Amino acid sequence: MTRVRVLAGTRKGAFLLTSDGKRDTWSVSGPHFGGWEVYHMKGSPADPDRLYASQNTGWFGQLIQRSDDGGETWQPVGNDFGYAGGDPGTHLWYDGTPRPWEFKRIWHLEPSPADPDVVYAGAEDAALFKSVDGGVTWRELTGLRLQESAPGWQPGAGGLCVHTIILQEPRMFVAISAAGTFRSDDGGETWRPVNRGLRSQGIPDSDAEVGHCVHHVEANPARPDTLFMQKHWDVMRSDDGGLSWTEVSGNLPTDFGFPIAVHPHEPETVYVVPITSDSLHYPPDGRLRVWRSRSGGYEWEELSAGLPERDCYVNVYRDAMAVDALDSCGVYFGTTGGQVYCSADAGDSWAPIVRDLPAVLSVEVQVLP
Amino acid sequence: MTAIRVVLPAHLRNLAGVRGEVCVDVAGPLTQRAVLDAVEARFPVLGGTIRDRRTGRRRAFIRFYACEQDLSNEPPDAPLPEPVAAAIAAGAEPFLVVGAMAGG
Repeated sequence: MTRVRVLAGTRKGAFLLTSDGKRDTWSVSGPHFGGWEVYHMKGSPADPDRLYASQNTGWFGQLIQRSDDGGETWQPVGNDFGYAGGDPGTHLWYDGTPRPWEFKRIWHLEPSPADPDVVYAGAEDAALFKSVDGGVTWRELTGLRLQESAPGWQPGAGGLCVHTIILQEPRMFVAISAAGTFRSDDGGETWRPVNRGLRSQGIPDSDAEVGHCVHHVEANPARPDTLFMQKHWDVMRSDDGGLSWTEVSGNLPTDFGFPIAVHPHEPETVYVVPITSDSLHYPPDGRLRVWRSRSGGYEWEELSAGLPERDCYVNVYRDAMAVDALDSCGVYFGTTGGQVYCSADAGDSWAPIVRDLPAVLSVEVQVLP
Repeated sequence: MTAIRVVLPAHLRNLAGVRGEVCVDVAGPLTQRAVLDAVEARFPVLGGTIRDRRTGRRRAFIRFYACEQDLSNEPPDAPLPEPVAAAIAAGAEPFLVVGAMAGG
């Protein structure tokens, strides 16, 4: 029987939420790593029982946990995320002065589609690491940090972080707050910015090549040249592998937000969670809504069935939305109020899986045979 | 070798898979670095959680106490001050690794 496993990383630990394919009755396991921030957790597409989790606190730093049995047991693996090559150089600090690169945490883990032992990690300060031994050892792919624009990168309010990793091997994309989107065509060895068409009022040159606060990027694997982006403000799409971008905010009530997701079977169906503004990180009018576009972003519809109608002032972070690959697509998102919502009908209706977790930082989902 | 009692904070005890105090053998002079090297040698999973892997410096929110004294800012290679060192070496007092208090 098909099962579904939702991986929820929270401010105070990790939780595994499991159900059958109907997705109406759930069991909850956790907290795993209680008391630690779990920025991201993701399963290997090549071996669904292989899970990786990024575990961190300000006290004790960064750990990576690995499970080989679907989250029943975990083992800490490697946490040596040293920038390669001695002097790591500098990026810009908030006051515009040069600041040496300093490792702080792993924001995102992206396992290879083909090999469960291969996994990529996106770091703050912005860098990309790769492990080929199941997370035991890590090697920095220095081409990103040494990209010629990097000395001019400046952190957003959340830090200078690699939060998005898209693998289309050998092509890769990463997104960095607040530098923008970058593309590699050689497996991560060399990178170039791909931000043409982005416009951001929060930077001196609104259409600069770098400096944009990209919040999240997603692509449907069946249409790899089409990317969808939730930027600080603006929802964007690219149909040429990031070389150019077009705004597709359409009739959204606000185009500020953090996550974006693409339907697994309908490459033109996209989901966002509009947030009031960059200074008001909660839904407009206290009504939590997902908006869905079935036209690649050009027209949007409000999805409200089962979502809070009033007094809801949560946020949904950039990695806290996911879709499953069942025939009737499941859509999931987690909130800073500790709710994880599920729609088993592609967004038409919603129900909470859990209501009272710590603030949810990330949500991923696996369909298990 | 000197057998040293070490108290770890709860999160690091969980990580190391231990309960209560741990005992480590320290070779040579009793310094902060020698104690922490011994702890990390016995529990490699703690690498990077007490000291920064690159710099070897104490992580900002970690403190080292013993005999009601704050040893956090002692030079890592300086012998621990007396009578602290004698009390630790005798097993009368533990070396405390403490997560800084967070309130509010």
